[in-house]
Amino acid sequence: MSTQVPKEDERTESVEHEAEDSAEQPEASHGDRRRADRDAKRQSVSGAPAEPEQDAFRLKVFRYDPEVEGKMEPRFDDFSVPREKGMTVLDALIYARDTYDTTLTFRHSCRQAVCGSDALFINGRQRLGCQTQISDLDKPVRVEPLPHQDVVKDLVVDMEHFYDQMHAVEPFFQPDEESPGDLEEYRQSPENREEIKMSTRCIWCGACMSSCNIAAGDNQYLGPAAINKAYRFAMDEREGENMKEHRLNVMDQEHGVWRCQTQFSCTNVCPKDIPLTEHIQELKREAVKQNLKFW
Amino acid sequence: MSQSYNRGLVEDFGRWREFTAGMWAWIFHKFTGWVLVGYLFTHIAVLSTAIAGANGQTVLVGGEQLNVYTATIQGLESLLIVRVMEVGLLAVAVFHILNGVRLLFVDLGLGLESQDKSFYASLIVTGVIVIASIPTFLEGAF
Repeated sequence: MSTQVPKEDERTESVEHEAEDSAEQPEASHGDRRRADRDAKRQSVSGAPAEPEQDAFRLKVFRYDPEVEGKMEPRFDDFSVPREKGMTVLDALIYARDTYDTTLTFRHSCRQAVCGSDALFINGRQRLGCQTQISDLDKPVRVEPLPHQDVVKDLVVDMEHFYDQMHAVEPFFQPDEESPGDLEEYRQSPENREEIKMSTRCIWCGACMSSCNIAAGDNQYLGPAAINKAYRFAMDEREGENMKEHRLNVMDQEHGVWRCQTQFSCTNVCPKDIPLTEHIQELKREAVKQNLKFW
Repeated sequence: MSQSYNRGLVEDFGRWREFTAGMWAWIFHKFTGWVLVGYLFTHIAVLSTAIAGANGQTVLVGGEQLNVYTATIQGLESLLIVRVMEVGLLAVAVFHILNGVRLLFVDLGLGLESQDKSFYASLIVTGVIVIASIPTFLEGAF
């Protein structure tokens, strides 16, 4: 959230009061001002929520709750959110939840594109809420849960199927042999590290899987994230030949790499810029090479 | 991954404005592929009149005995719609070939970061070839 001092032209009395307060204490610490700012906003909302602010934008959020009467029918709620410098979609959602409707439900955790909790369907595209700047988006900003996944409530989707597919590719290091030398570490060459570098960046947000047209129609398809995970280990030289062969056998299936039809949807939406299609294509080539091998 | 509420399939055509280059390339490649398969069948039907033609079978066209095969080809080529559709067939075939080359490079893992540009390039080249061929294809048709 921003650290702006409340604007002078705020309408409710309480806000003016707050503003005077902060004006009277010019030496107030950064944190104090932030707190005052936040409190002021909360009060201004409870005081006059209908009054649209000068520099606000409309946030359309998908709402659905199968357990609450009157919310079982999916609908969109409009929230007016004041624009702030550097505001992300997640900030806007948090603002809407804290000020208008505490039942608004969405996943978020680290707010810095590391945890992968807040992949959302924003303005018709899978993006991370915490990574997407409001200023980059057309208004009104439309936020929906990830497509092709069951909605649990509001913006929360059921990720179980995605995790199942991720686990199906054995996403953990399985070396053939004990580590060479007397050290426990398995040493990797810098070149090999460079090769798998991008694939290690996956944060399991599920944006790719949700964007994939093929995954939408084929529940057995492993999906881009899982194949990328397999790539990460199959290309890792430390695992050895036998394990690589095993991994390629898992990939070399109708519902493995061969389902990919190179639409590049996953590569386009990946918030960590992983070249997913490239990795899938490379595994396809590796699988073919393995099949052609007759010695 | 069923839909728990109806917002249309996401890659449904209702969202065509949001499609990216790779998606369009896929759709066009599928479409042109099916058109070419359809053309193949009509092509076989027309070509198979050559069997009857080789057996000396003739047909009366405009008070004149013509070989069946020649009559079929001439009959088709005299129709304006066929002449126009031939241009369409050229466009479909050229795009399918060029995008096929693009997909070959994608399969080889070459230039994947410029896959959208190569799609636009194949569209433009298709357009150029088709426009350049129109005088030849439609000569005397109108």
